[in-house]
Amino acid sequence: MSTSTSIEPEVDHGNSKKTEVVNKFREFQSDLDGKHDKHERLVKISRDVTIESKRIIFLLHRYREGMSDTEKNKILEEGNQKMKLIQENKFHLMAIELKNEDPNQFMRAVSPGLQEYLEALSFYHYLEKGLLISLNEVQNQFVFNSSEKLESATFKVPAEEYLLGIADLSGELMRLAINNITAGKFDLSFKVCEFLQVLLSSFSLFGNTIKELNRKMTTLQQSLRKVENACYTLRVRGCEIPTHILADVIAGSGKISEQIE
Amino acid sequence: MTETITETFTELHEFLAAEQQLREDIRFVVKDMEQTTREIQKVLQAIHQPQGLKKVPELCESARKLFEAVKDQTKNLSDKIPVNQYYKYHDHWKFVFQKLMFLAALIVFLESENLIDRSVAAELIGAKVNKEDGFHVDLEDFLMGLLQLASELSRLSVNAVIAGDYNKPLLISAFLSNLESGFRLLNLKNDALRKRFDALKYDLKKVEEVVYDLSIRGLKPKDTSVLTELTN
Repeated sequence: MSTSTSIEPEVDHGNSKKTEVVNKFREFQSDLDGKHDKHERLVKISRDVTIESKRIIFLLHRYREGMSDTEKNKILEEGNQKMKLIQENKFHLMAIELKNEDPNQFMRAVSPGLQEYLEALSFYHYLEKGLLISLNEVQNQFVFNSSEKLESATFKVPAEEYLLGIADLSGELMRLAINNITAGKFDLSFKVCEFLQVLLSSFSLFGNTIKELNRKMTTLQQSLRKVENACYTLRVRGCEIPTHILADVIAGSGKISEQIE
Repeated sequence: MTETITETFTELHEFLAAEQQLREDIRFVVKDMEQTTREIQKVLQAIHQPQGLKKVPELCESARKLFEAVKDQTKNLSDKIPVNQYYKYHDHWKFVFQKLMFLAALIVFLESENLIDRSVAAELIGAKVNKEDGFHVDLEDFLMGLLQLASELSRLSVNAVIAGDYNKPLLISAFLSNLESGFRLLNLKNDALRKRFDALKYDLKKVEEVVYDLSIRGLKPKDTSVLTELTN
């Protein structure tokens, strides 16, 4: 096809128009490439954040109710250090990339890491204070004032992302409660149970406003049921068997997971 | 504990409800815009009819008049969008903008046989090229519009022959092959634009078939006026 048309005069005659079109497209090319490259860079940062955040969550799961304060503080301190590193090394970079941009344009790239980080952050906050971290408290962590090392920048955390991160927190709290029960520490699981109940009822405010949230709500409900059932067993059986056996009953029988199915 | 959680969530809920309301408002304006777009499309569809190509100047003029209404609608729309939130709501007007870009490009092609400038297209709907300058047309939406233009022109090449205009297909063929060389320069990702671009070759093929049919039957205009027309 190309050989037959190239013999015709149209090609060299058509040159001026063709050059004009091609020049226009060269401009489009650099615009598009710029956008795609930025997207890729953000995806990369986001992936790093996800990996690091998962490690922090893993670390925080070593927390046990019966630990001495020094032990607890050591875990929390380590988690805090790691989060600071993510802040300075990753989110600061993100904030710089998104300076003068509409962050919504790149939210798809940023979102996975951000949610994972919010999960870690809110988990840490719960362990430290027993409270839910608020959006304002989260937002404060994403303001970078200029210093020797850092250029000033702000990364605005969207409300949707915050909610989605908090929805993920429920899974971690469920594991925390169950882990503590298996270790023979029961008080925390009752606290977690109540916390999750309040959280779930608060989430019910957001009917169809956020699509992604609906899916996570099912998981949240399941997590809560697991904790509720575990707490139930603790109350009922708690008065008849000694602690260490009770822990085995809950952990070993597979009863909890059966109740969920 | 309960109070703080409830408080946090109530605040967020109010915030999101306001956002939801904004989306409703945007949908309302976009609906208007879609209606005008359909009217423009209806006007320009007449080019496919037997007498259509002779009426191009009038058709383009009435289409351009309708674009004035689009300008107001764009203004309405942009007034609603908070600073730096264009892409949060972009999905609402993306398709209508693509169609408008297509129609703008069609007008310019019919009038001058040239590829429309991005700035001219944006200007026609009362928007900007760069986001720094205000409410803008996303580049990919503009490019989508150009791909829609290719399909429309391949249809026009057939209808031009029906109407007895044997020059038009040659013009269209040259135009589309230039357009294709342009698109080939872009590094497209595996997204909607890429998929739409993949369809361009079929449009091109159709036009080439029309040109081929004309040349083997000796219907292709012999005088070089067409060819020089192509080049200037």
